[in-house]
Amino acid sequence: MVFNKGKAMRKPLLCLKGLTKAYPGVLANDDVSFEIGEGQVHALLGENGAGKSTLVKMIYGLVKPDQGEMILRGQPYAPSQPSEARRNGVAMVFQHFSLFDAMDVAENVALGMENPPPLRDLAQRIRDVSEEYGLPLDPTRLVGDLSAGERQRVEIVRCLLQDPKLLIMDEPTSVLTPQEVDVLFKTLRQLSAEGTAILYISHKLDEIRALCDEATILRGGRKIATCDPREKSSRELAELMVGQILTPPEKPDRPLGDVVLQVDKLSLASNNPFGTSLKNISFSLRAGEVLGIAGVAGNGQDELLLMLSGELTAPAEQVRLKDKAIGNLGPNARRSLGLVAAPEERLGHAAAPDMSLTENALLSAAERKKLTKYGFINWRATDAFAREVIARFDVRTPGSHVLARALSGGNLQKYVIGREIELDPDVIVVNQPTWGVDAAAAAFIRQALLDLAGKGAAVLVISQDLDELLEVADSFAALNEGRLTPVRPAKGLSVEEIGLMMGGAHDMHPAHEGSA
Amino acid sequence: MIWLEKRKEPSKFWRIANPFLAVALTMLAGGIMFAMLGKDPVAAIRLIFFDPIFSETFGSYSRPQLLIKSAPLILIAVGLAIGFKANIWNIGAEGQYIIGALFGAGVALLFFPQPGWYIFPLMVLAGAFGGFLWAMIPAILKTRFNTNEILVSLLLVYVAEKILAAMALGLMRNPDIPGFPGSRDLRRYEAAHNAELFAGSGVHWGVVAAMIAVIFAYAMMKRHMLGYHVQLAGQAPRAARFGGVSPTRLVIICLGISGMLAGLAGMFEVSGPGGQVRIEFASGYGFTAIIVAFLGRLNPIGIVFAGLLLGLTYIGGELSQMMLQLPSASIQVFQGMLLFFLLALDFQTNYRLRLTRGVRT
Repeated sequence: MVFNKGKAMRKPLLCLKGLTKAYPGVLANDDVSFEIGEGQVHALLGENGAGKSTLVKMIYGLVKPDQGEMILRGQPYAPSQPSEARRNGVAMVFQHFSLFDAMDVAENVALGMENPPPLRDLAQRIRDVSEEYGLPLDPTRLVGDLSAGERQRVEIVRCLLQDPKLLIMDEPTSVLTPQEVDVLFKTLRQLSAEGTAILYISHKLDEIRALCDEATILRGGRKIATCDPREKSSRELAELMVGQILTPPEKPDRPLGDVVLQVDKLSLASNNPFGTSLKNISFSLRAGEVLGIAGVAGNGQDELLLMLSGELTAPAEQVRLKDKAIGNLGPNARRSLGLVAAPEERLGHAAAPDMSLTENALLSAAERKKLTKYGFINWRATDAFAREVIARFDVRTPGSHVLARALSGGNLQKYVIGREIELDPDVIVVNQPTWGVDAAAAAFIRQALLDLAGKGAAVLVISQDLDELLEVADSFAALNEGRLTPVRPAKGLSVEEIGLMMGGAHDMHPAHEGSA
Repeated sequence: MIWLEKRKEPSKFWRIANPFLAVALTMLAGGIMFAMLGKDPVAAIRLIFFDPIFSETFGSYSRPQLLIKSAPLILIAVGLAIGFKANIWNIGAEGQYIIGALFGAGVALLFFPQPGWYIFPLMVLAGAFGGFLWAMIPAILKTRFNTNEILVSLLLVYVAEKILAAMALGLMRNPDIPGFPGSRDLRRYEAAHNAELFAGSGVHWGVVAAMIAVIFAYAMMKRHMLGYHVQLAGQAPRAARFGGVSPTRLVIICLGISGMLAGLAGMFEVSGPGGQVRIEFASGYGFTAIIVAFLGRLNPIGIVFAGLLLGLTYIGGELSQMMLQLPSASIQVFQGMLLFFLLALDFQTNYRLRLTRGVRT
């Protein structure tokens, strides 16, 4: 491969020496040193909380290190704010975009520049740069109408216009379909070949092995290793990252039972101009089956969960649970009948942040666990249930009196999913069950869902993590722009097929457009 | 440089300490204000906060007055606090208070001069219903058309005041004394009189109702699903939806409860201490109750103490008017300062002031 110039020829671009940053109660970075060469694609690998974000924030001037120094092209480099970093040729694309939906592409780009040229010149430059790097982008379109992949292009083009020497990318592929990932990688390789170094943050090992020349692995704030990711297997990298041996989840063989959940031409008009509406969604789910629904964020996942949990209602016949039409019932009525859900957002949706775990147990368990009588709450029984969930799902907490917001993401997620599983449902719907959760907790949650399916419950997993879906799902479908593809058996699906299912409507017009 | 730093958890200490601190600061600022008016600040503060209870000369008059002034404040504030916890802001308790009084007095005047044990209970029901009805206007407008309940309930206070004036001058005017505005004196109509239950104690049915409301509200907030849903909706609206709370239902319930209690307070006032429907019947209890609710930390027990304190300022205000010729507005300034200091101090339950040198790292 042309872009891989080999280590020996590289001049160092940025040297990090002994960077240390402490926050109250936690050492976010502890004596981290490594080098990034000119034109190198350097991976920064680690779990949530390993210190990746803090490290790049120091490089980008958002955080000041307590100790250590940085040397950029032979000069001491200590940016006090991002604009100083940008002047020195360091640019960053954040995981969460900072774009205004109601403005067009050129206006958004101008907002992020120090001295933006007149909009007309800027539009031309955006066209030039986006074509040069294979990132087609129309500067006059409203950002609110763009897909996640296109929004990311806006951010990248904004960086490229400043002609950076080092481009930092934080989890760039988490919002992309496999095809969009290919496009992005092509761009990054081109940039690398032209001498721009890229610091690529990810926890997706296959991507890193495909793209990067060198990888630095962080764990618990410390550098564990710097290595050539191509010389390691994904599994070796994962174990370096996690610090323990990982076992893939067991998928018990089980016979599929009768259809328990039937969704028939479910539609929803979105009342938010930039929200997604659901169009004619139909599928059925059998007892013991795990159905995975893939899709890039913002294609109707949240809306689908709300319509299944009962937070949004529909004509009764559009959702059937066993023999009952339940589309018009609210969340508690559905829970009583055996349908439970765990939304994506843990804090604020699946749990109230300022309430204790005991109080949060009541949120969804009141009906099925009979925790109230004439509306009066049996706090003792509620607390016993909370403790049971904590014990069974290995939630690390000093006790059930702790506020939900005091728990780490992974622990709270275990609690929330555990709470729903302990309700012994016939159907469980989960959205992004392991988002932002460390690998050990993620494996635990997936196993718990599979065990539940093994006991005869139907499981619907909505997720953006393809690896997760392929690990747990028996059957597979994808959401794009509010439409659901036909359900296919998960076995034997190739990543290309999945990508086409996921991305269909973005780049090519799907055949079923007319049916809406 | 001074930085404001958000606390990881709201400070429990300041939550409890702030009401006391706010009272102390109000006394201090009030003292300065009195000094600027040329009065002896120490004497004025003493007159407002201590003499109504401890003075030998005024005590026997003032002590029962304390319950009479505090009961409506507590009754209204308990209802408001439930709504405030759910982020449903009924600012118009004053209006519901007036309409409740008009409904209660209306029933009494309809039956006049018949005797009957059932008349007073009917007035209680009518008062509660009147307040409820007036609160349903912002409730239904909010659930139907998503209007802002703060504005609608507040503006309806002025409508209620106009209705009150019209009633005092027209429909409800006492026909036996031509030329004077105001209804018959209900204190002279035995079947409708909300009399003192124990002579010289100041305890009337409104005080009993306030105590019952406090107990019910406490039980509801701690032990009942409805109280749980109220807190959930206030803290995390999306989680409340997930838990099956219907926002529409909650708006109706919260505005309904607070309207009902305000209406009750108005009815007990008009049939007892107030005595008659007069143009100047409304004395701001509905607004002062907002201060009571916050000062009591939206907690029914806390509201009892806050209600007594603000009741005290009413009586002390009257005393200081009499004894020191302080302007009558000064007591409103006093009450306003109390809320102002409390809200300002509450900032530090969630934030911490930090003094640092140079750039924050």
